[in-house]
Amino acid sequence: MSILSGLGTLGSRLFNDSKGPWGPKSDAGNGSGGGDEPTGPIPGPWGNERPTPRGGDSNFGAAGLDAFIERNRRRFGGGFDGGGGGSGIGRPSGMKLLWIALAVLAIGMLLTTMHRIGPEERGVVTLFGRYNATLEPGITFTLPAPIARVQKVNTAQIRDIELGSAAEETLMLTGDQNIIDIAYQVRWSIKDPEQYLFELRTPEDTIRQVAESSMRQVVAQVSLQDAIGNRRGEIEARVQEEMQSTLDRYQSGVSIRGIAIKQADPPGAVNDAFKDVTAAQQDAESARNKANAYALQLRQLAQGEATAFDKVYIQYELSPEVTKRRLYYETMERVLNGVDKTIIETPNGVTPYLPLPQVQRSTTTERTPAQ
Amino acid sequence: MIASIRQHPVLIAVIGAILLVALLGSVTIVPETSQGVVIRFGKPVRIVNRFENGERFGEVGAGLNAKIPFAESIVWIDKRVRDLDMDRQQVLSIDQRRLEVDAFARYRVVDPLRMFIAARSEERVEEALKPILGSQLRNELGKRPFASMLSPEREGAMENIRTGMNRIARQYGVVVVDVRIKKADLPDGTPLDSAFARMRSARQQEAQSIRAEGNKTAQIIRASADAEAAKIYAASFGKDPAFYDFYRAMQSYQRTFIDNGTSKSSSTNIIMSPNSEYLKEFAGR
Repeated sequence: MSILSGLGTLGSRLFNDSKGPWGPKSDAGNGSGGGDEPTGPIPGPWGNERPTPRGGDSNFGAAGLDAFIERNRRRFGGGFDGGGGGSGIGRPSGMKLLWIALAVLAIGMLLTTMHRIGPEERGVVTLFGRYNATLEPGITFTLPAPIARVQKVNTAQIRDIELGSAAEETLMLTGDQNIIDIAYQVRWSIKDPEQYLFELRTPEDTIRQVAESSMRQVVAQVSLQDAIGNRRGEIEARVQEEMQSTLDRYQSGVSIRGIAIKQADPPGAVNDAFKDVTAAQQDAESARNKANAYALQLRQLAQGEATAFDKVYIQYELSPEVTKRRLYYETMERVLNGVDKTIIETPNGVTPYLPLPQVQRSTTTERTPAQ
Repeated sequence: MIASIRQHPVLIAVIGAILLVALLGSVTIVPETSQGVVIRFGKPVRIVNRFENGERFGEVGAGLNAKIPFAESIVWIDKRVRDLDMDRQQVLSIDQRRLEVDAFARYRVVDPLRMFIAARSEERVEEALKPILGSQLRNELGKRPFASMLSPEREGAMENIRTGMNRIARQYGVVVVDVRIKKADLPDGTPLDSAFARMRSARQQEAQSIRAEGNKTAQIIRASADAEAAKIYAASFGKDPAFYDFYRAMQSYQRTFIDNGTSKSSSTNIIMSPNSEYLKEFAGR
């Protein structure tokens, strides 16, 4: 019986408790009660078992091992007891802690069997590394943690990657060998969680690189005007298509939701020249506007004058002679009404003297000798 | 049996521990993302979870795998698509223009044994493939004029590069899935500056032509308005040129002598002869 003590101590190390499976056995072997009342003379735990093997056994190897274990235990146990608060009463509390730890471990393992998958998530289950199933939203149970592993993947979330920024220039060559400064955003989501987890080593980097390359490819096929102008939408659509087909070829399980070109401008070095083009467009527009205004004004004036003439002419036609004289006199009246008038009787041979300085005293002098 | 256990507890404990270790060592967890080369005493004997085209997850390979403990060990090799990033390369086109190209390749280890023998690790495969990617790229793009270098995808250049790479990659048990050009830029310095200068002059030309165009249009608009006005006048006044002459003369007098804005009509002196038409009744004849 006492020979069993080697194993017995092993057992009691784990289950040194009266309810432990090997507890009673070592009890019977020792007689002194291996795990019953742990108030031995030696402060370390399991100390009271030490004399037992020596009592009826001549196996020095075992005894030596026992002693070795003992030393280690004492070291370990001392620390444990110190934590417990006292050398004498430390032992039972240590055992309880061990049991509590085991219980916690067991509960923890149980907890790992339950998985709550949110509505936006999928859970990819691997059983010893092998893909097993994909969990749909809800609460599901699997095998505990070390055996089954669940990786949650958010399939609803739309992630984005920014390429290029307003701060620094990202230059790109267009099809007509011009250069644009471009910044854009890629929005993507995971459509196939298994592929996403298992097929690509660096999914995000891959998406970024494919985005860069697709954008470069598409921009290299359009002209500068198209790239900075109104065909951006078309470019975005083509990049998206190109990216999706490339990523599908990698079986990446990634879905490209959209590309947004946030900026596609000429580079800073030539921006002034581009601004000048815009200014020229404005200039041309304003020249046209002015000409149009002039044309409108002129047309109205012509129409007005022509209509006025027509109206008078209708009356004139009815009695030409009278109307003509009337117009003449009326006009002359108005003209001569406010001006200085000089009437000179000039019989032939007399030369009239004109005080020219006086006549020209005003800056806007006008002389119109009547006929 | 029991007696022997009693006699050699330590031995039994040691044997038990060894058995436990052996048991643990006889199974391996093979993840979906890895393939393993099983090596027995330094000699590769078999492959676990090898990549097969078109396979579905959970059907083959991965999971628990048995092996002989102590004698066999497993070298893990990535099963996923991996990234091979090239350093920037200057490529010279057939018309002697330079382009700075940044490319990447995606590859997958399909023959882990061959890869293990040839290179031992993924990193060394990459080391070996990188220069090949660079040289293939230079060769393939160097055959083209600059303009078509900008979008080599159109002419299947990338496919050629991939085929060329695969010829060598096969020796490493690797298949290149895709080669793509990430960036193709003009090198800094003269090429970039001259491109900018060209862009600038093109814009200046555009601006000038836009202005000229605008002026031209404006002139045409004015001229056609003039013409239209003339037409309106002619249509109206042409009915009686003699009366128009008179009528217009009256308007003109009035405008000249009275309506001339700021200057007072009093500043005007009119010297008339009694013989004038207006004064013909003055004489009392």
